[in-house]
Amino acid sequence: MRYVLVSILLSASMLLAACGSPATPAPGAGSEITVAGSTSVQPLAEVLAEAYMGAHPEIRITVQGGGSSVGVKSAAEGTVDIGTASRTVKDEELGEFPDLQVFTIARDGIAIVVHPDVAVDGLAKDQVKGIYEGSITTWSEVGGPDAAIVVVGREEGSGTRGAFGSLIMDDEEFAMVGTAILQPSNGAVRTTVSTTPDSIGFISFGYLDESVKAVAIDGVEATAENALGGEYPVVRPFNMLTNGEPAGAVKDWLDFILSEDGQAIIADEGYIAAQ
Amino acid sequence: MDMRRRYLVDRSVRYLLFFSALISLFIVFMIGLFTLREAWPAFREIGLLSMLTNSEWRPGRDQFGLLAMIAGSVWAAIGSMILGVPLALAGAIFLAEVAPVWMRGIVRSSVELLAGIPSVVYGLFGMVVLLPVIRKIPVAGNTGFGILAASIVLAVMILPTITNIAEDAIRAVPREYKEGSLALGATHWQTIMGVTLPAARSGIVAAVILGVGRAVGETMAMIMVIGNSIVLPRPLNSNPLTLFLSQARTLTGNIAVEISYATGLHEDALFATGVVLFVLIMIINSSANLLIRERRR
Amino acid sequence: MSEQPDAVRSPEHGPWGRTNLARRHLTERAAFVLLWVAGGAAVAALLAVVGYVLVQGISVVSLDFLISPPRGGLAGEGGISTTVITTVYLVALTISLAAPLGIGAGVFLVEYAGEMQGYSGLIPRVVTVARFGVETLAGVPSIIFGLFGYALFVSALHFGFSLLSAGLAGACLILPVIIRTTEEALRAVPRSYREGSLALGTTQWQTVSSVVLPAALPGIMTGIVLSVGRIISETAVFYVTLGGSSRAPTSLLDPGRTMALHVFYLATETNAFQKAMATGTILIVSIVVINAIINLLTRRFTMR
Repeated sequence: MRYVLVSILLSASMLLAACGSPATPAPGAGSEITVAGSTSVQPLAEVLAEAYMGAHPEIRITVQGGGSSVGVKSAAEGTVDIGTASRTVKDEELGEFPDLQVFTIARDGIAIVVHPDVAVDGLAKDQVKGIYEGSITTWSEVGGPDAAIVVVGREEGSGTRGAFGSLIMDDEEFAMVGTAILQPSNGAVRTTVSTTPDSIGFISFGYLDESVKAVAIDGVEATAENALGGEYPVVRPFNMLTNGEPAGAVKDWLDFILSEDGQAIIADEGYIAAQ
Repeated sequence: MDMRRRYLVDRSVRYLLFFSALISLFIVFMIGLFTLREAWPAFREIGLLSMLTNSEWRPGRDQFGLLAMIAGSVWAAIGSMILGVPLALAGAIFLAEVAPVWMRGIVRSSVELLAGIPSVVYGLFGMVVLLPVIRKIPVAGNTGFGILAASIVLAVMILPTITNIAEDAIRAVPREYKEGSLALGATHWQTIMGVTLPAARSGIVAAVILGVGRAVGETMAMIMVIGNSIVLPRPLNSNPLTLFLSQARTLTGNIAVEISYATGLHEDALFATGVVLFVLIMIINSSANLLIRERRR
Repeated sequence: MSEQPDAVRSPEHGPWGRTNLARRHLTERAAFVLLWVAGGAAVAALLAVVGYVLVQGISVVSLDFLISPPRGGLAGEGGISTTVITTVYLVALTISLAAPLGIGAGVFLVEYAGEMQGYSGLIPRVVTVARFGVETLAGVPSIIFGLFGYALFVSALHFGFSLLSAGLAGACLILPVIIRTTEEALRAVPRSYREGSLALGTTQWQTVSSVVLPAALPGIMTGIVLSVGRIISETAVFYVTLGGSSRAPTSLLDPGRTMALHVFYLATETNAFQKAMATGTILIVSIVVINAIINLLTRRFTMR
């Protein structure tokens, strides 16, 4: 019996010690900024962080992924200083977290990419829709060779998938064909498409490189100019979110991002300026 | 004085140690508590039966059916058993009965090393080597990703577990059994097949079941090669074996791939997935423990 | 059947004139060939996987690779220095959390409540329950530890994706290993050691600390080294508790990336398969070293 009592005492003291652990700091307090959220925004955020830290070595900015939904939630709950999302914040989310402040720092196109050996350079929006619905299953139906299309996509919570859904599939919560290979991030989709013959996928503009081929949609090439000009149809916002008004280091960084210098970096990386 | 102090130290240490011993129990309790707490809303709103029988997993439409994932885990485990168990058992028999001492050292070290390799490395190997090879199989709809790739990777991963325990079980068979059989004129092989293996049967079955438990619990390597498609695995054409070429998603993969994207009911449903997985493995492990206990009698 | 002498036409002879014994020998030889193939196959599997990874990776491994940080980017630029640091920190953290608890639990279960003490009543019941706890914990798949870590440490306690969350979750993971090996090591110490010490008038704790534990030390160290290997290889738990940041953590609350996680990210997010292989090579080398240490310790342990 005494043993049990002592154990309870020890457990209680341990719990108390744990509860005394660091409380969540207000955004901007101290010289450290934590950022989490969309994997689409992540590489851009890292570049912006590097640029800012170069000029301000006393500030430390750490960037993680997790997805747009996690970005919204973490920012609202104060788990991180800044949450990122590669889509517009939903009304339900704004309702649930009324103190959320949304800053659109850039806009991004979503490119439809195929394996480099696929002999198709352009697709109509309806063709892409058909492929992802499962009604079109071979490349020959869209002007390519006779081979089965391997569809690659993202998880349902992904901001990129949501944006792809509302802009191409006309339904943010669309039903992807069951045999689609699902990957948890832009990078993973790109790797899969670049190594799997006859495959198709969608990734953020910022992830485009020579390992995959971006197809034109309705005749419009997937370039930043076309997105800026509004001809390329698949464009979504990059949002940074804070709980309440940002202050201190967080505010300074956000100001930097929205300034000319910050926006110039964003354009360099292949994204589109915010306004 | 010294006596009193020593006694005091002895007493307090005793309490401390008791406390440590209860910690593991405490942790199990905590894991169970938290997982259930997070999963409860999912069970309440979606219903356990619905989750186990619905094959649609569409969080955006509030559909949380785990059937496809359960099937994926099961088929991947079955595949790994078909590939891994005969090889592992043969390896165990080899090590216990047939191998000369020098060979025993080499094989055992190899098996030990295989056991220590991180699962991501197996996944990486699977992605880079296995997928292109499997893709060459000329079946429509074969993308390389799928159950076959997962089974091969899992089979290599569970080989050490099964071989180790099965070897112990075979070695534990009393010498008199073997000597009696040999005295009756049976060959070494006949002795193994007719006497040693049946005697070690429950230990071998326990080894296999533990290996299967490990296969069902594997996560990262699965994410890399199985495709994560939310679809009930089924044969790609009239040949039923092509089921193994189908893509799939495991219960473990479901959790890992979606946890960073999930909020609200979706997140609770993932914890519910964890509960289902936990229960599945407990059932598997309990049968193993029961069999081991039977052997000791 | 041709004309065969009676001696040949007896029950042991099959239709082709061979003896039953010869037939059984043939079966045996065939079976043994298969067994040798199986044994060889295990070695072959090892060579295939490890060999491929080593060959692909070794060309990328260099001092520069080891000491420069990953610069992210889509082609996986940079090295792995920060991941090595994170791995080391994480191992240190988990061991320092789990070892005292695990060894303490093992000591209690064997020395204070075990068969040697012959207690009755509540204590054996508690011991059975505690053992059940350890067995269950040992069978839990690692992703569940990750989920638990995410729910408790990352979310509820607001530690966020951090070394602390990952360390705590990892400690839960290796606790059963340490408890089990400690118990085994302690049980192997002969009773006479304890009896002799007690006969000299020491308290139980003095016996345990000065006589039994030192004797069991190699075995306990084996358990710890095993856990180190486990942490280095583990991915699922840390995937959901450590975050994915490629910077070196400077505090307990910083996120990070272990080498194993880095292999995962490289493989799935970039095309830098060779770098992934190279990181894998470093991992495999670490495991080989750890296995060697375990073998050395085991040999010392059994020679006592």
